[in-house]
Amino acid sequence: MTGFIHSFESFGTVDGPGIRFLAFLQGCPLRCKYCHNPDTWGAGGTAYSAEEVATRALKYRNYFGDKGGVTVTGGEPLLQIDFVIELFTILKAKGIHTCVDTSGVTFDKDNPQSVEKHEKLLALTDLFLLDIKHIDDEKCKALTGKGNKNTLDFARYLSDNGKKIWIRQVLVPGITDDEETLERTRTFIDTLSTVEKVEVLPYHTLGEVKYKNLGIEYPLQGVETPTKESVRRAKEILQKQL
Amino acid sequence: MMQYKGWEGFIPGKWCDDEVDVRDFIQRNYTPYEGDASFLAPATEATKKLWDIVCDLSKKERAAGGVLDADTKIVSTLTSHGAGYLDKDLEKIVGVQTDEPFKRSLQPFGGIRMSEGALEMYGYKLDPQVKEIFTKYRKTHNEGVFDAYTPEMRAARSAHILTGLPDAYGRGRIIGDYRRVALYGVDYLIKKKEEDKLAINGDMTPEKVRNREELADQIKALKALKEMAAIYGCDISKPAETAQQAIQALYFGYLAAVKDQNGAAMSIGRNTTFLDIYIQRDLEKGLITEEQAQEFIDHFVMKLRIVKFMRTKEYNELFSGDPTWVTEAIGGMGVDGRSLVTKTAFRILHTLENLGPAPEPNLTVLWSKRLPVGFKKYCAQLSIETSSIQYESDDLMRPEMGDDYAIACCVSCMRVGKDMQFFGARANLAKCLLYAINGGKDEQMKDKVTGKPMQVSPEFMPITSNDALCYNEVVAKFENMMTWLADLYVNTLNLIHYMHDKYSYEALEMALHDTNVRRFFATGIAGLSCAADSLSAIKYAKVYPIRNEDGIVVDFKIEGEFPKYGNNDDRADEIAVWLVKTFMKKVKSHYTYRDSVPTTSILTITSNVVYGKKTGNTPDGRRAGTPLAPGANPMHGRDCNGALASLESVAKLPYEYSRDGISNTFSITPGSLGKED
Repeated sequence: MTGFIHSFESFGTVDGPGIRFLAFLQGCPLRCKYCHNPDTWGAGGTAYSAEEVATRALKYRNYFGDKGGVTVTGGEPLLQIDFVIELFTILKAKGIHTCVDTSGVTFDKDNPQSVEKHEKLLALTDLFLLDIKHIDDEKCKALTGKGNKNTLDFARYLSDNGKKIWIRQVLVPGITDDEETLERTRTFIDTLSTVEKVEVLPYHTLGEVKYKNLGIEYPLQGVETPTKESVRRAKEILQKQL
Repeated sequence: MMQYKGWEGFIPGKWCDDEVDVRDFIQRNYTPYEGDASFLAPATEATKKLWDIVCDLSKKERAAGGVLDADTKIVSTLTSHGAGYLDKDLEKIVGVQTDEPFKRSLQPFGGIRMSEGALEMYGYKLDPQVKEIFTKYRKTHNEGVFDAYTPEMRAARSAHILTGLPDAYGRGRIIGDYRRVALYGVDYLIKKKEEDKLAINGDMTPEKVRNREELADQIKALKALKEMAAIYGCDISKPAETAQQAIQALYFGYLAAVKDQNGAAMSIGRNTTFLDIYIQRDLEKGLITEEQAQEFIDHFVMKLRIVKFMRTKEYNELFSGDPTWVTEAIGGMGVDGRSLVTKTAFRILHTLENLGPAPEPNLTVLWSKRLPVGFKKYCAQLSIETSSIQYESDDLMRPEMGDDYAIACCVSCMRVGKDMQFFGARANLAKCLLYAINGGKDEQMKDKVTGKPMQVSPEFMPITSNDALCYNEVVAKFENMMTWLADLYVNTLNLIHYMHDKYSYEALEMALHDTNVRRFFATGIAGLSCAADSLSAIKYAKVYPIRNEDGIVVDFKIEGEFPKYGNNDDRADEIAVWLVKTFMKKVKSHYTYRDSVPTTSILTITSNVVYGKKTGNTPDGRRAGTPLAPGANPMHGRDCNGALASLESVAKLPYEYSRDGISNTFSITPGSLGKED
């Protein structure tokens, strides 16, 4: 089947373990204010078959070493979950480490069809990078346009099924960097049993120019990047004795 | 019973059996080191004081506009100057190029105009008598070349389709086996050269006469080398007896080379495994401590850091700075499977900590997957801290070159003391493609007499249609133009190297080579990625020529997308591979001076900017005057699939067709190599 791809990166080093081939899938249902890839939101992209993407990725197999592999990210890659399943089926048959970078927003635990698909995906995925946008449902809605129910449900589902998780928390001053938010996030993480790592991603403004190019107003105009001290504090809360 | 005191304690072998064989000596005597960096010693007080003196002089040199002092009168030879010191009492390794550190020497044998011009740029005036001697009585390399150049060679040179030719300056790139001075002492080396000279007799063909004359010059140079050492109170006629003497003797060999030649790259070879044998012997005998061993290396490296030449600003522009390319090759694996990493490999890298980071000497690690882990870690640590280490693939070079090769300049490998090369600058393939389209008329230069576009090649049939360029037609014309260019290029170099041998022969460096040396004939390619992308554009998109009033195609209109070199996309990468192979085959089809082995390189690390300035708009959309990509790099900003895709494209270029080296410039921020936590 056909997937719509925004772009590829052959030397991904920050989205999962080791050196990774990244496929940025086009399209996302969220509109996170801090998003640095607004160009992946809408429809579009270039059509590739799962075979084609796998062939591209496998060119870099020699670089993957013991830890590396392939990460699908985006956009929200699970908007094209059928495509990801097909891609990962090929990659797993070749023994490649697979990783999904997702917000979990597509997971609807009350919809058997959705659960069935995600179950299939779980069997083919070695690691999930799960981005908790905001632990507070209302604030999450304000930040991303949608609440966090699916995300938290998905985290639970992954944990219950023994799937490895790296939690990611983007640290945005005034939005996600307050102590209460961080503590609540930590409390939630502590209820999960398969979290290997929590990554604090300091908000940066590198995406701002893309907004300009797309003619969209930049929602976080004037928001500074977090201070070293605030990053340190967030890490302490989220990572301490994990 | 060893013949010399300096050889006591060494395991004998072929190397001391009336032969000159440094590799055999190393293989029998070195101690591989598998440990980590914890044994290293910090800088001594003397080292710190000396380095402060160097830093102070550097500051003054910058304040003075780039040159602190320059000799305008005494022509540099091995023995032209008295001894010079930073601080005589503190220096463990002595010797500078003139009688004072930071005073640049006068080296007019490459070309008196270059010497005069360089002096004038920095406010000095060449002594009139020296000028008279080198214009009236003594011909220079530069004068010889221009006497013999054909009009076509001159035109190609001024149009910059051939650029950076070593026709007005020293060609460099020759690495003497400076270790021989330490291991054998100069008298032994003289004796061997005298034997070689005696063996050349019979019918005195011009070749034999030349060989006999060159050997006589080599012997004279070796005698002068002894004298030069004596000026510093050292006797290097016999083999070195201690580590300090060995390093000193080796350095004297190198110092003599830079006193003799202002070469485009004056590399020093592959010395750490060799020197480690001496250091190890002294350590085991209890003659020195680790602190002293490190001090010798620190002082040696300090001297290499202050090698300086008098050059014009245009020269510096071509090479982006004032490089000396004192490349030292470190580590690598032996063909017997043992690592060639010794403690002295660590010691020389450690100078980056003891003296701080520096671009020279160009510390180059010969990398192999099988290098000891402790060494790999130390290299990685220092690369992170200093960004001052160059890496090259030993696994790629060793099969062909063995385990005693070194690197000249940045990537040219040669077996030490057994190979030399004739450096040959570059031919600009991007510009060659424009010539193919315009029938050999330059897209920028006008003929001074007619005011019309300058016809550089013979008149080939240009592209006359204004339709979208037809790939097959362009390729056919391009092949013809490359045939012309390769012919002209090789013959221009044949002429240049003849004159360099005649008027500026590197007698000292060649005295430290085997007499039956293998010679490489180095050529080079500039503008590879620009030419590849241009052909790709013509093949996969529609490219319309735009002409000026003279009918010359000066710009292009591109419709549609095309694959670009640097994205691991075979469609574009195959074109680059084809270019390298095709050009090299054409180079190979010609006579090359002194039966040299033709090679090519793709390594315009810095001069790509200058080459770009002289190249008009190209069919890939690059604007006139903007830089070409360095070396084998993709054009700036066109690789959009990340670093590995870009590197994979470069890795497709066939090394067997580009044996003089392929370079790729790649910078990366620490953060993009992964996260700290």
